[in-house]
Amino acid sequence: MAMIEMKNVSKWYGTFQVLTNCTTSVDKGEVVVVCGPSGSGKSTLIKCVNALEPFQKGDVLVDGVSVADPKTDLPKLRSRVGMVFQHFELFPHMSVTDNLALAQIKVLGRSRGEATARGMKYLDRVGLKEHAHKYPGQLSGGQQQRVAIARGLSMDPIAMLFDEPTSALDPEMINEVLDVMVQLAQEGMTMMVVTHEMGFARKVANRVIFMDRGEIVEDAKKDDFFGKPRSERAVQFLSKILHH
Amino acid sequence: MLASFDWDVIQRSLPYLFREGMTFTVTLTVLAMFFGIILGTLLAMMRLSSFKPLAVAAGGYVNLMRSVPLVLVIFWFYFLVPYIGAWILRQNEPIKVGAFLSSVVTFTLFEAAYYCEIMRAGIQSIPRGQVWAGYALGLNYWQTMGNVVLPQAFRNMMPVLLTQTIILFQDTSLVYVLSITDFLGAASKIAQRDGRLVEMYLFVAVVYFIISYFLSYLVKRLQLRIAVPGKL
Repeated sequence: MAMIEMKNVSKWYGTFQVLTNCTTSVDKGEVVVVCGPSGSGKSTLIKCVNALEPFQKGDVLVDGVSVADPKTDLPKLRSRVGMVFQHFELFPHMSVTDNLALAQIKVLGRSRGEATARGMKYLDRVGLKEHAHKYPGQLSGGQQQRVAIARGLSMDPIAMLFDEPTSALDPEMINEVLDVMVQLAQEGMTMMVVTHEMGFARKVANRVIFMDRGEIVEDAKKDDFFGKPRSERAVQFLSKILHH
Repeated sequence: MLASFDWDVIQRSLPYLFREGMTFTVTLTVLAMFFGIILGTLLAMMRLSSFKPLAVAAGGYVNLMRSVPLVLVIFWFYFLVPYIGAWILRQNEPIKVGAFLSSVVTFTLFEAAYYCEIMRAGIQSIPRGQVWAGYALGLNYWQTMGNVVLPQAFRNMMPVLLTQTIILFQDTSLVYVLSITDFLGAASKIAQRDGRLVEMYLFVAVVYFIISYFLSYLVKRLQLRIAVPGKL
Protein backbone atom coordinates (compact mmCIF):
# COMPACT_ATOMS: atom_id res chain seq x y z
CA MET A 1 0.00 0.00 0.00
CA ALA A 2 1.44 3.35 -1.01
CA MET A 3 1.88 5.75 1.89
CA ILE A 4 3.29 8.46 -0.36
CA GLU A 5 2.37 8.62 -4.01
CA MET A 6 3.79 11.24 -6.37
CA LYS A 7 2.13 11.56 -9.74
CA ASN A 8 3.74 13.58 -12.56
CA VAL A 9 4.90 16.36 -10.26
CA SER A 10 6.30 19.34 -12.17
CA LYS A 11 7.50 22.59 -10.71
CA TRP A 12 8.85 25.82 -12.15
CA TYR A 13 10.62 28.80 -10.61
CA GLY A 14 9.47 31.41 -13.09
CA THR A 15 10.39 29.90 -16.43
CA PHE A 16 13.02 27.57 -14.99
CA GLN A 17 11.76 24.04 -14.56
CA VAL A 18 13.09 22.41 -11.39
CA LEU A 19 10.99 19.24 -11.44
CA THR A 20 9.80 17.40 -14.54
CA ASN A 21 7.06 14.76 -14.34
CA CYS A 22 8.30 13.11 -11.20
CA THR A 23 6.40 9.93 -10.43
CA THR A 24 7.20 7.52 -7.64
CA SER A 25 5.80 6.08 -4.47
CA VAL A 26 6.79 4.92 -1.02
CA ASP A 27 4.97 1.92 0.41
CA LYS A 28 4.17 1.41 4.05
CA GLY A 29 7.31 0.31 5.88
CA GLU A 30 9.50 1.01 2.87
CA VAL A 31 12.73 3.00 2.97
CA VAL A 32 13.44 4.95 -0.20
CA VAL A 33 16.69 6.82 -0.65
CA VAL A 34 16.78 9.75 -3.07
CA CYS A 35 20.22 10.69 -4.39
CA GLY A 36 21.68 12.71 -7.21
CA PRO A 37 24.07 15.58 -7.89
CA SER A 38 23.47 18.91 -6.18
CA GLY A 39 20.85 21.01 -7.92
CA SER A 40 19.12 17.92 -9.24
CA GLY A 41 15.89 18.76 -7.41
CA LYS A 42 15.93 16.10 -4.69
CA SER A 43 15.37 18.55 -1.81
CA THR A 44 12.62 20.25 -3.78
CA LEU A 45 11.01 16.88 -4.51
CA ILE A 46 10.90 15.81 -0.88
CA LYS A 47 9.48 19.20 0.16
CA CYS A 48 6.65 18.66 -2.31
CA VAL A 49 5.52 15.64 -0.28
CA ASN A 50 4.21 17.85 2.54
CA ALA A 51 3.70 20.89 0.32
CA LEU A 52 6.45 23.01 1.86
CA GLU A 53 7.24 23.64 -1.79
CA PRO A 54 4.19 24.27 -3.94
CA PHE A 55 4.16 22.64 -7.37
CA GLN A 56 2.26 23.62 -10.49
CA LYS A 57 1.42 20.26 -12.05
CA GLY A 58 0.70 16.76 -10.87
CA ASP A 59 -0.33 15.59 -7.44
CA VAL A 60 1.01 13.99 -4.30
CA LEU A 61 -1.11 11.68 -2.17
CA VAL A 62 -0.18 11.09 1.44
CA ASP A 63 -2.12 8.15 2.84
CA GLY A 64 -4.61 8.76 0.04
CA VAL A 65 -5.06 12.49 0.76
CA SER A 66 -4.17 14.93 -2.00
CA VAL A 67 -1.62 17.59 -1.09
CA ALA A 68 -2.59 19.81 -4.03
CA ASP A 69 -6.31 19.80 -3.33
CA PRO A 70 -7.25 23.23 -1.92
CA LYS A 71 -9.83 21.54 0.31
CA THR A 72 -7.15 19.49 2.09
CA ASP A 73 -6.38 20.48 5.66
CA LEU A 74 -2.65 20.94 5.06
CA PRO A 75 -1.55 21.47 8.68
CA LYS A 76 -3.30 18.24 9.62
CA LEU A 77 -1.71 16.34 6.74
CA ARG A 78 1.72 17.74 7.60
CA SER A 79 1.37 16.81 11.25
CA ARG A 80 1.12 13.16 10.17
CA VAL A 81 4.43 13.28 8.28
CA GLY A 82 7.61 13.91 10.24
CA MET A 83 10.36 15.94 8.62
CA VAL A 84 14.05 16.31 9.41
CA PHE A 85 16.02 19.13 7.80
CA GLN A 86 19.62 19.61 6.76
CA HIS A 87 20.12 22.41 9.28
CA PHE A 88 18.09 20.72 12.07
CA GLU A 89 15.75 23.72 12.48
CA LEU A 90 15.15 23.21 16.15
CA PHE A 91 13.57 26.29 17.69
CA PRO A 92 16.56 28.01 19.33
CA HIS A 93 14.50 30.03 21.82
CA MET A 94 12.96 26.93 23.40
CA SER A 95 14.41 24.18 25.54
CA VAL A 96 14.67 20.70 24.06
CA THR A 97 11.60 19.67 26.09
CA ASP A 98 9.55 22.53 24.65
CA ASN A 99 10.80 21.83 21.13
CA LEU A 100 9.43 18.31 21.49
CA ALA A 101 6.16 19.36 23.13
CA LEU A 102 5.12 22.44 21.11
CA ALA A 103 3.37 20.84 18.13
CA GLN A 104 2.00 17.96 20.20
CA ILE A 105 0.18 20.52 22.33
CA LYS A 106 -0.80 23.01 19.59
CA VAL A 107 -1.64 20.57 16.81
CA LEU A 108 -2.58 17.30 18.46
CA GLY A 109 -4.18 18.92 21.51
CA ARG A 110 -2.21 16.84 24.00
CA SER A 111 -1.80 18.09 27.54
CA ARG A 112 1.60 19.48 28.50
CA GLY A 113 2.24 16.52 30.80
CA GLU A 114 1.37 14.00 28.13
CA ALA A 115 3.41 15.84 25.48
CA THR A 116 6.45 16.10 27.73
CA ALA A 117 6.26 12.42 28.66
CA ARG A 118 6.03 11.35 25.04
CA GLY A 119 8.84 13.72 24.08
CA MET A 120 11.03 12.27 26.81
CA LYS A 121 10.35 8.76 25.59
CA TYR A 122 11.69 9.58 22.13
CA LEU A 123 14.50 11.71 23.52
CA ASP A 124 15.55 8.65 25.49
CA ARG A 125 15.41 6.57 22.32
CA VAL A 126 17.85 8.89 20.56
CA GLY A 127 20.04 8.77 23.67
CA LEU A 128 19.66 12.36 24.84
CA LYS A 129 17.42 12.08 27.88
CA GLU A 130 19.84 13.99 30.10
CA HIS A 131 19.83 16.99 27.72
CA ALA A 132 16.10 17.70 28.00
CA HIS A 133 16.51 21.01 29.84
CA LYS A 134 19.16 22.39 27.47
CA TYR A 135 18.70 24.80 24.58
CA PRO A 136 19.54 23.70 21.02
CA GLY A 137 22.52 26.07 20.90
CA GLN A 138 24.10 24.15 23.76
CA LEU A 139 24.09 20.87 21.82
CA SER A 140 26.42 19.59 19.11
CA GLY A 141 25.14 19.30 15.55
CA GLY A 142 24.69 15.54 15.84
CA GLN A 143 22.77 15.93 19.08
CA GLN A 144 20.57 18.64 17.57
CA GLN A 145 19.72 16.42 14.64
CA ARG A 146 18.82 13.55 16.95
CA VAL A 147 16.53 15.90 18.88
CA ALA A 148 14.98 16.92 15.56
CA ILE A 149 14.30 13.25 14.78
CA ALA A 150 12.76 12.80 18.24
CA ARG A 151 10.64 15.89 17.63
CA GLY A 152 9.29 14.36 14.43
CA LEU A 153 8.64 11.00 16.08
CA SER A 154 6.75 12.56 19.02
CA MET A 155 3.95 13.39 16.59
CA ASP A 156 3.43 9.65 15.87
CA PRO A 157 3.93 10.14 12.13
CA ILE A 158 2.87 7.63 9.50
CA ALA A 159 6.07 8.41 7.56
CA MET A 160 9.29 10.35 8.02
CA LEU A 161 11.00 12.60 5.48
CA PHE A 162 14.73 13.30 5.76
CA ASP A 163 16.22 16.13 3.72
CA GLU A 164 20.00 15.63 3.72
CA PRO A 165 20.04 14.99 7.46
CA THR A 166 23.81 14.54 7.70
CA SER A 167 25.08 17.06 5.12
CA ALA A 168 25.61 19.87 7.65
CA LEU A 169 27.31 17.67 10.22
CA ASP A 170 30.98 17.30 11.08
CA PRO A 171 32.17 13.88 9.94
CA GLU A 172 32.52 12.46 13.45
CA MET A 173 28.84 13.15 14.14
CA ILE A 174 27.36 11.59 11.05
CA ASN A 175 27.22 8.07 12.42
CA GLU A 176 25.31 8.89 15.58
CA VAL A 177 22.53 10.29 13.39
CA LEU A 178 22.68 7.46 10.84
CA ASP A 179 22.51 4.89 13.65
CA VAL A 180 19.22 6.37 14.83
CA MET A 181 17.90 6.33 11.27
CA VAL A 182 18.98 2.74 10.68
CA GLN A 183 17.27 1.67 13.87
CA LEU A 184 14.13 3.51 12.80
CA ALA A 185 14.19 1.82 9.39
CA GLN A 186 14.61 -1.60 10.96
CA GLU A 187 11.59 -0.97 13.15
CA GLY A 188 9.50 -0.57 10.03
CA MET A 189 9.12 3.20 9.76
CA THR A 190 8.14 4.43 6.31
CA MET A 191 10.98 6.68 5.23
CA MET A 192 11.94 8.88 2.32
CA VAL A 193 15.54 9.99 2.67
CA VAL A 194 17.48 12.47 0.55
CA THR A 195 21.11 11.66 1.25
CA HIS A 196 24.55 11.07 -0.18
CA GLU A 197 25.26 8.39 2.42
CA MET A 198 25.42 5.35 0.17
CA GLY A 199 26.44 3.18 3.12
CA PHE A 200 23.08 3.96 4.68
CA ALA A 201 21.32 3.23 1.39
CA ARG A 202 23.06 -0.14 1.04
CA LYS A 203 22.21 -1.09 4.58
CA VAL A 204 18.51 -0.26 4.89
CA ALA A 205 17.07 1.12 1.65
CA ASN A 206 14.49 -0.91 -0.25
CA ARG A 207 14.69 1.32 -3.27
CA VAL A 208 16.97 4.03 -4.56
CA ILE A 209 15.80 6.95 -6.67
CA PHE A 210 18.41 8.74 -8.73
CA MET A 211 17.61 12.27 -9.83
CA ASP A 212 19.32 14.56 -12.29
CA ARG A 213 18.22 17.93 -13.64
CA GLY A 214 14.80 17.71 -12.05
CA GLU A 215 13.97 14.28 -13.42
CA ILE A 216 13.77 10.89 -11.81
CA VAL A 217 16.32 9.09 -13.98
CA GLU A 218 16.29 5.84 -12.14
CA ASP A 219 13.94 4.27 -9.61
CA ALA A 220 15.19 0.82 -8.78
CA LYS A 221 15.51 -1.84 -6.12
CA LYS A 222 18.62 -1.21 -4.03
CA ASP A 223 20.60 -4.19 -5.37
CA ASP A 224 19.72 -3.36 -8.96
CA PHE A 225 20.75 0.25 -8.48
CA PHE A 226 24.14 -0.53 -7.00
CA GLY A 227 24.69 -3.71 -9.05
CA LYS A 228 23.71 -2.62 -12.51
CA PRO A 229 22.58 0.99 -12.80
CA ARG A 230 20.90 1.42 -16.15
CA SER A 231 21.56 5.05 -16.95
CA GLU A 232 24.90 6.53 -17.86
CA ARG A 233 24.31 9.46 -15.53
CA ALA A 234 23.75 7.19 -12.53
CA VAL A 235 26.91 5.25 -13.37
CA GLN A 236 28.91 8.46 -13.45
CA PHE A 237 27.37 9.71 -10.23
CA LEU A 238 28.08 6.45 -8.42
CA SER A 239 31.66 6.34 -9.65
CA LYS A 240 32.20 9.85 -8.34
CA ILE A 241 30.86 9.30 -4.86
CA LEU A 242 31.91 5.68 -4.28
CA HIS A 243 35.54 5.66 -5.42
CA HIS A 244 37.59 7.94 -3.29
CA MET B 1 24.85 86.51 33.97
CA LEU B 2 24.13 83.24 35.72
CA ALA B 3 23.56 85.21 38.89
CA SER B 4 20.38 86.65 37.48
CA PHE B 5 18.88 83.17 37.04
CA ASP B 6 16.20 82.08 39.42
CA TRP B 7 16.78 78.35 39.96
CA ASP B 8 14.21 78.32 42.67
CA VAL B 9 11.42 78.27 40.10
CA ILE B 10 12.34 74.70 39.27
CA GLN B 11 12.06 73.53 42.81
CA ARG B 12 8.75 75.29 43.27
CA SER B 13 7.27 73.69 40.17
CA LEU B 14 8.64 70.16 40.60
CA PRO B 15 5.41 68.57 41.85
CA TYR B 16 3.45 70.03 38.93
CA LEU B 17 6.12 69.16 36.37
CA PHE B 18 6.36 65.53 37.41
CA ARG B 19 2.96 64.67 38.79
CA GLU B 20 1.10 66.17 35.84
CA GLY B 21 3.61 66.59 33.05
CA MET B 22 5.87 63.55 33.33
CA THR B 23 2.96 61.27 34.18
CA PHE B 24 1.29 62.22 30.94
CA THR B 25 4.51 61.84 28.94
CA VAL B 26 5.28 58.40 30.36
CA THR B 27 1.70 57.15 30.01
CA LEU B 28 1.57 58.29 26.41
CA THR B 29 4.95 56.72 25.65
CA VAL B 30 4.04 53.36 27.19
CA LEU B 31 0.60 53.15 25.54
CA ALA B 32 1.90 54.24 22.13
CA MET B 33 4.74 51.73 22.39
CA PHE B 34 2.41 48.92 23.38
CA PHE B 35 -0.20 49.51 20.68
CA GLY B 36 2.41 50.70 18.18
CA ILE B 37 4.39 47.46 18.40
CA ILE B 38 1.22 45.37 18.04
CA LEU B 39 0.03 47.36 15.03
CA GLY B 40 3.57 47.54 13.62
CA THR B 41 3.95 43.78 13.86
CA LEU B 42 0.66 43.23 12.06
CA LEU B 43 1.75 45.72 9.39
CA ALA B 44 5.06 43.90 9.02
CA MET B 45 3.24 40.59 8.55
CA MET B 46 1.04 42.27 5.94
CA ARG B 47 4.05 43.74 4.13
CA LEU B 48 5.62 40.28 3.95
CA SER B 49 2.38 38.61 2.88
CA SER B 50 2.34 36.85 -0.45
CA PHE B 51 -1.17 38.26 -0.94
CA LYS B 52 -0.29 41.39 -2.92
CA PRO B 53 -3.14 43.77 -1.95
CA LEU B 54 -2.24 43.37 1.73
CA ALA B 55 1.44 44.02 1.07
CA VAL B 56 0.71 47.06 -1.07
CA ALA B 57 -1.75 48.54 1.45
CA ALA B 58 0.65 48.12 4.37
CA GLY B 59 3.58 49.39 2.31
CA GLY B 60 1.63 52.49 1.26
CA TYR B 61 0.61 53.23 4.82
CA VAL B 62 4.15 52.87 6.17
CA ASN B 63 5.66 55.00 3.43
CA LEU B 64 3.05 57.71 3.91
CA MET B 65 3.59 57.89 7.67
CA ARG B 66 7.35 57.92 7.30
CA SER B 67 7.23 60.69 4.71
CA VAL B 68 5.27 63.30 6.63
CA PRO B 69 6.43 65.32 9.64
CA LEU B 70 5.09 64.12 12.96
CA VAL B 71 3.72 67.56 13.86
CA LEU B 72 1.52 67.41 10.80
CA VAL B 73 0.17 64.00 11.76
CA ILE B 74 -0.57 65.33 15.24
CA PHE B 75 -2.53 68.23 13.76
CA TRP B 76 -4.39 66.05 11.30
CA PHE B 77 -5.61 63.65 13.88
CA TYR B 78 -6.43 66.26 16.45
CA PHE B 79 -8.55 68.27 14.05
CA LEU B 80 -9.78 65.55 11.73
CA VAL B 81 -10.62 62.68 14.08
CA PRO B 82 -13.68 64.43 15.56
CA TYR B 83 -15.09 64.87 12.04
CA ILE B 84 -14.18 61.37 10.91
CA GLY B 85 -15.74 60.03 14.10
CA ALA B 86 -18.91 62.00 13.46
CA TRP B 87 -19.02 60.74 9.89
CA ILE B 88 -18.58 57.13 10.95
CA LEU B 89 -21.16 57.41 13.73
CA ARG B 90 -23.47 59.43 11.43
CA GLN B 91 -23.73 62.38 13.81
CA ASN B 92 -24.08 65.99 12.77
CA GLU B 93 -21.78 67.41 15.41
CA PRO B 94 -18.08 66.58 15.47
CA ILE B 95 -17.57 64.06 18.26
CA LYS B 96 -15.52 65.06 21.28
CA VAL B 97 -12.16 63.35 21.37
CA GLY B 98 -10.02 64.22 24.36
CA ALA B 99 -6.48 65.45 23.81
CA PHE B 100 -5.17 62.37 25.57
CA LEU B 101 -7.04 59.83 23.46
CA SER B 102 -6.20 61.79 20.35
CA SER B 103 -2.48 61.74 21.11
CA VAL B 104 -2.48 58.03 21.96
CA VAL B 105 -4.13 57.27 18.62
CA THR B 106 -1.79 59.60 16.73
CA PHE B 107 1.41 58.25 18.23
CA THR B 108 0.26 54.66 17.88
CA LEU B 109 -0.50 55.12 14.20
CA PHE B 110 2.70 57.09 13.55
CA GLU B 111 5.12 54.93 15.51
CA ALA B 112 3.56 51.74 14.12
CA ALA B 113 5.12 52.63 10.78
CA TYR B 114 8.58 52.67 12.34
CA TYR B 115 7.99 49.59 14.49
CA CYS B 116 6.73 47.89 11.32
CA GLU B 117 10.04 48.35 9.56
CA ILE B 118 11.93 47.06 12.59
CA MET B 119 9.70 43.99 12.87
CA ARG B 120 9.91 43.39 9.14
CA ALA B 121 13.70 43.21 9.42
CA GLY B 122 13.28 41.00 12.48
CA ILE B 123 10.94 38.56 10.74
CA GLN B 124 13.20 38.43 7.70
CA SER B 125 16.19 37.67 9.90
CA ILE B 126 14.62 34.33 10.86
CA PRO B 127 15.82 31.59 8.49
CA ARG B 128 13.24 30.15 6.11
CA GLY B 129 13.90 26.71 7.57
CA GLN B 130 12.37 27.77 10.89
CA VAL B 131 9.09 28.46 9.13
CA TRP B 132 9.35 25.16 7.27
CA ALA B 133 9.96 23.33 10.53
CA GLY B 134 6.86 24.94 12.04
CA TYR B 135 4.71 24.07 9.04
CA ALA B 136 6.14 20.56 8.79
CA LEU B 137 5.04 19.89 12.37
CA GLY B 138 1.49 20.88 11.40
CA LEU B 139 1.46 24.37 12.88
CA ASN B 140 -0.64 26.81 10.85
CA TYR B 141 0.47 30.31 9.81
CA TRP B 142 -0.60 32.04 13.04
CA GLN B 143 0.83 29.31 15.26
CA THR B 144 4.12 29.37 13.37
CA MET B 145 4.30 33.14 13.58
CA GLY B 146 3.25 33.25 17.23
CA ASN B 147 5.39 30.44 18.57
CA VAL B 148 8.38 30.26 16.25
CA VAL B 149 9.01 33.40 14.20
CA LEU B 150 7.82 36.36 16.28
CA PRO B 151 9.41 35.35 19.61
CA GLN B 152 12.77 35.11 17.85
CA ALA B 153 12.18 38.28 15.84
CA PHE B 154 11.25 40.20 19.02
CA ARG B 155 14.32 38.92 20.79
CA ASN B 156 16.60 39.86 17.90
CA MET B 157 15.00 43.27 17.52
CA MET B 158 14.46 44.12 21.20
CA PRO B 159 17.34 46.63 21.38
CA VAL B 160 16.17 48.40 18.21
CA LEU B 161 12.53 48.41 19.38
CA LEU B 162 13.56 49.98 22.68
CA THR B 163 15.81 52.51 20.99
CA GLN B 164 12.86 53.50 18.83
CA THR B 165 10.82 53.82 22.02
CA ILE B 166 13.39 56.24 23.44
CA ILE B 167 12.91 58.33 20.31
CA LEU B 168 9.15 58.03 20.82
CA PHE B 169 9.60 59.24 24.42
CA GLN B 170 11.31 62.37 23.11
CA ASP B 171 8.83 62.80 20.26
CA THR B 172 5.86 62.88 22.62
CA SER B 173 7.01 66.39 23.62
CA LEU B 174 5.51 67.54 20.31
CA VAL B 175 2.01 67.26 21.78
CA TYR B 176 2.72 70.61 23.38
CA VAL B 177 1.53 72.14 20.09
CA LEU B 178 -1.93 71.01 21.19
CA SER B 179 -1.46 72.84 24.52
CA ILE B 180 -1.37 69.52 26.30
CA THR B 181 0.31 69.42 29.67
CA ASP B 182 3.00 66.87 29.01
CA PHE B 183 6.39 67.35 30.62
CA LEU B 184 7.51 69.99 28.16
CA GLY B 185 4.03 71.55 28.09
CA ALA B 186 3.99 71.87 31.87
CA ALA B 187 7.43 73.42 31.93
CA SER B 188 6.58 75.83 29.18
CA LYS B 189 3.43 76.97 31.00
CA ILE B 190 5.42 77.76 34.12
CA ALA B 191 8.19 79.34 32.09
CA GLN B 192 5.78 81.77 30.52
CA ARG B 193 3.86 82.47 33.70
CA ASP B 194 7.00 83.28 35.70
CA GLY B 195 9.06 84.62 32.84
CA ARG B 196 11.75 81.99 33.46
CA LEU B 197 12.18 80.52 29.97
CA VAL B 198 15.91 79.79 30.08
CA GLU B 199 15.87 78.06 33.44
CA MET B 200 12.89 75.88 32.63
CA TYR B 201 14.00 74.84 29.17
CA LEU B 202 17.47 74.04 30.46
CA PHE B 203 15.96 71.92 33.19
CA VAL B 204 13.66 70.13 30.73
CA ALA B 205 16.62 69.34 28.48
CA VAL B 206 18.59 67.92 31.40
CA VAL B 207 15.69 65.70 32.48
CA TYR B 208 15.13 64.37 28.93
CA PHE B 209 18.85 63.74 28.63
CA ILE B 210 19.14 61.86 31.91
CA ILE B 211 16.12 59.66 31.25
CA SER B 212 17.05 58.89 27.62
CA TYR B 213 20.68 58.23 28.49
CA PHE B 214 19.72 55.94 31.35
CA LEU B 215 17.28 54.03 29.14
CA SER B 216 19.95 53.57 26.46
CA TYR B 217 22.23 52.17 29.11
CA LEU B 218 19.50 49.74 30.19
CA VAL B 219 19.00 48.65 26.58
CA LYS B 220 22.67 47.72 26.39
CA ARG B 221 22.47 45.75 29.62
CA LEU B 222 19.30 44.01 28.47
CA GLN B 223 20.94 43.01 25.21
CA LEU B 224 23.45 40.91 27.13
CA ARG B 225 20.87 39.41 29.47
CA ILE B 226 18.38 38.19 26.89
CA ALA B 227 20.95 36.37 24.75
CA VAL B 228 19.71 32.81 24.12
CA PRO B 229 21.88 30.27 25.95
CA GLY B 230 24.55 28.86 23.68
CA LYS B 231 23.90 31.44 20.98
CA LEU B 232 25.85 34.66 20.66
